Amino acid sequence: MARKKTPEINASSTADIAFLLLTFFLMTTTMDVDSGLFRRLPPMPPPDQVIAPPVAKRNILQVLVNKNDLLAVNGELMQIENLKEKAKEFILNPQNREDLPSKVVKEIPFFGQAEVSRGIISLQSDRGTSYKMYIAVQDELTAAYNEIRDMKAMEKWGKKYSELTEEQMDAVRKLVPTAISEAEPKNIGKGGKK
Amino acid sequence: MAKFRKEGGKETPAISTASLPDIVFMLLFFFMVSTTMREVLVMVDNGMPEAKEISKLEKKSLVSNIFIGKPKDQYVATYGSEPRIQLNDKLANVSEISSFVVAEQESRKEEERNMITNNLKVDQFTKMGIVTDVKQELRKANSLRISYATRKKVK
Repeated sequence: MARKKTPEINASSTADIAFLLLTFFLMTTTMDVDSGLFRRLPPMPPPDQVIAPPVAKRNILQVLVNKNDLLAVNGELMQIENLKEKAKEFILNPQNREDLPSKVVKEIPFFGQAEVSRGIISLQSDRGTSYKMYIAVQDELTAAYNEIRDMKAMEKWGKKYSELTEEQMDAVRKLVPTAISEAEPKNIGKGGKK
Repeated sequence: MAKFRKEGGKETPAISTASLPDIVFMLLFFFMVSTTMREVLVMVDNGMPEAKEISKLEKKSLVSNIFIGKPKDQYVATYGSEPRIQLNDKLANVSEISSFVVAEQESRKEEERNMITNNLKVDQFTKMGIVTDVKQELRKANSLRISYATRKKVK
């Protein structure tokens, strides 16, 4: 007796099933990768330490944003478009001016003895400042740092900062450390509500 | 010339759809892998500001989200229209952040606990006051890595 062959399973519907699943995942998928401006908050000072260690005036770039979203740098009003250049000049201090930050010589891998700026950008906002403005300022300051890092990487390796290896990036970060101090909030103006 | 012409024009053969399931499955796997299900229901407005110099948050498992913004329209009646903080799936007060941070740390592995990044997803029309409060609380809780979530600015 000849055995009956098992009939082939009709596979034409797998496409439909797969399409169904595909549509489901297409609908539910969110492609957005979390991205943003990364910052490290300063640790809380110990309770017995009341006064912060003094920093020379020349080493501080005071950036103030008030409740009307107006920007002041070292006491002078400024448009946000000019902030990046100002910050870059402050960090680099190319002419070693007396009123811009001093530099300290440090041993840095790849660069050897190199000058590192002591400058700190102190960013102070009001409770009433809008978050949009605050981020815009943060963005400009980050842009200043990134451009300087790009420049240093270009000088040294002829590549952009983002194209360097881990160790090289680390060295550049040591050469141009991000020093943005998000100062203790002060209640200047009563724009924001608690 | 007629010599070359085949008798009775050949019909165009039907295109084989046998590989269609394979192609679809390929797409399916791609979306299955890349998909991330939304874990929490966001109850506050969350229109993030734009920035140019953004960096990606690398480890998703080490990110804890803090939403700040005005409650959405359907929650205004219950929670009012002032900007609020959302931790996980409920609206919270500033004072609850420290316990939230501890809870987040507890849920991670021991060696990864101080590598948690707090992703601040703040609506762009929020005032800085509440954000500053949150930052101060995070400092007190000694969870210092933060990221201001932004969208990429289109140039």
